[in-house]
Amino acid sequence: MIDFDPSTFGLAHTYQKEDKDEINTLQMPSAPQVIYRTLNGPTQTNGGNKLNNFKHGTTTLGFVFKEGILLAVDSRASMGSFLSSEQVRKVIEINEYLLGTMAGGAADCQYWLAYLANHCRTYELKNGSKLSVAAASKFLQGILIGYKNSGLSMGCMIAGSDLSGQHLYYIDNDGMRLKGDIFSVGSGSTYAYGVLDNHYRYEMSLNEAVELGIRAIYHATHRDTASGGVVRVYHIHQNGWTKVHDGIDVVDLHYQFAQQKGLVGDGDEAKQRLF
Amino acid sequence: MYIPVNEIHKHFKTETPNMSNITHKQDQWSPYHDNSGTVLAIGIPGAVIVAGDTRLSNGYNILTRDATKLSQLTDKCILATAGQYADFIALRKFLQQRLQLYEFQNEVQASTQTVAHLLSRELYSRRFFPYYTFNLLAGLDENNHGVVYGYDAIGSYDQMTYGVQGSGQELVVAVLDNQLKGYNKINKTIPQTQQEILDIILDCFSCAAERDIHTGDNVEILIITPTGTQRIIKPLRKD
Repeated sequence: MIDFDPSTFGLAHTYQKEDKDEINTLQMPSAPQVIYRTLNGPTQTNGGNKLNNFKHGTTTLGFVFKEGILLAVDSRASMGSFLSSEQVRKVIEINEYLLGTMAGGAADCQYWLAYLANHCRTYELKNGSKLSVAAASKFLQGILIGYKNSGLSMGCMIAGSDLSGQHLYYIDNDGMRLKGDIFSVGSGSTYAYGVLDNHYRYEMSLNEAVELGIRAIYHATHRDTASGGVVRVYHIHQNGWTKVHDGIDVVDLHYQFAQQKGLVGDGDEAKQRLF
Repeated sequence: MYIPVNEIHKHFKTETPNMSNITHKQDQWSPYHDNSGTVLAIGIPGAVIVAGDTRLSNGYNILTRDATKLSQLTDKCILATAGQYADFIALRKFLQQRLQLYEFQNEVQASTQTVAHLLSRELYSRRFFPYYTFNLLAGLDENNHGVVYGYDAIGSYDQMTYGVQGSGQELVVAVLDNQLKGYNKINKTIPQTQQEILDIILDCFSCAAERDIHTGDNVEILIITPTGTQRIIKPLRKD
């Protein structure tokens, strides 16, 4: 149970919350109470209890480069071993200058990033200026620390553009908040890191960065069973964000990359010996 | 003494039981019961079709053959729920009352998108003691196109063109992927008319009733169009 109100974080000055302050008492529950702890035990293998199998398993990545920030995500959602969706939107558009990525529990990410969006808008209306990326990510961190050990599962990246430039933060359910240049989150992150670390340079052009993001996600989906679907790519620059690609099927990418390697699919390219 | 296969671990420390490691653990009372069944929804331009079987079960018992899993919330949207029936009733009551209040305050019925977000928030408010419900919200959007929102138990949601939930989910969604999207087909013949889609839905439920013990009895189909709602009931296997 949290005994502070996270909506008082991030305000520019000390502020006594008044009862007539209707904006802060919207219908959103401010503190889902933690009860019935037995329900939040470790997820059982092979499906187990349907209630603990919230949507998990993903690959998301983001990196800072000279033209801003690039975010690339896959779109698969699995419940245990069943694919509940191949078209999930894992980049959440918080507002015109902030994006959040989703990894871990889909409901947790969707809900708390929407809560953050609400808070950012309220701040903007009350204070006349936009909330910085650092402050927005810190606000979210404060909430997650309050729910530490309660079973929330979130590994999200907050990326955005403010007066001091474009910034990328990683926030997770343990209360960690890290500022960095390259992040990849999810079950396929190890594969994505391999590709990213190999080709990343700060001085990349936008096209090179998009190509790198797509390639890294493709390789992660190729080897990780919990990642797949389509690749979505967003670019954050000083005027906000742009959706570069809305959904490139990774199966199409597979054949495209194979063709680039000179493989045409007539059977014996690897010269495999029969066992 | 009969021990069900999936409860062996409660009685024996290892999978291969031997007399030296029998422990008998009391079953803790659980607030959850899976009343199962299957629901699906398909959105097409100009209409949305929602179907659900009408069997209510508890383990190996059939409690009733006439329980509806569909609930019309506004003129334009329907909630279809598989999972625990008690939680479906509680959720339906909350939504109906909250949407009635919305209509009184705003003098217009809530749009499908609004209802979708409301449902997500209500499900998340019980993040630590979830509604055991797997929901589909199907309705007409502002342009009278059919949209379907699929939810998990704690409220994460996404817009889709078709969705399936319930015990027959794995069986049915694969058929719909094949028939409505034509994945991996060279000659894709996507159904165009409402009647073709109704035939596919009836086929899906027949298949599910054959292979899933919790699906059967009748299938109830609601078709929402801008002009109104139409209800069809067809029989399924009763065994």
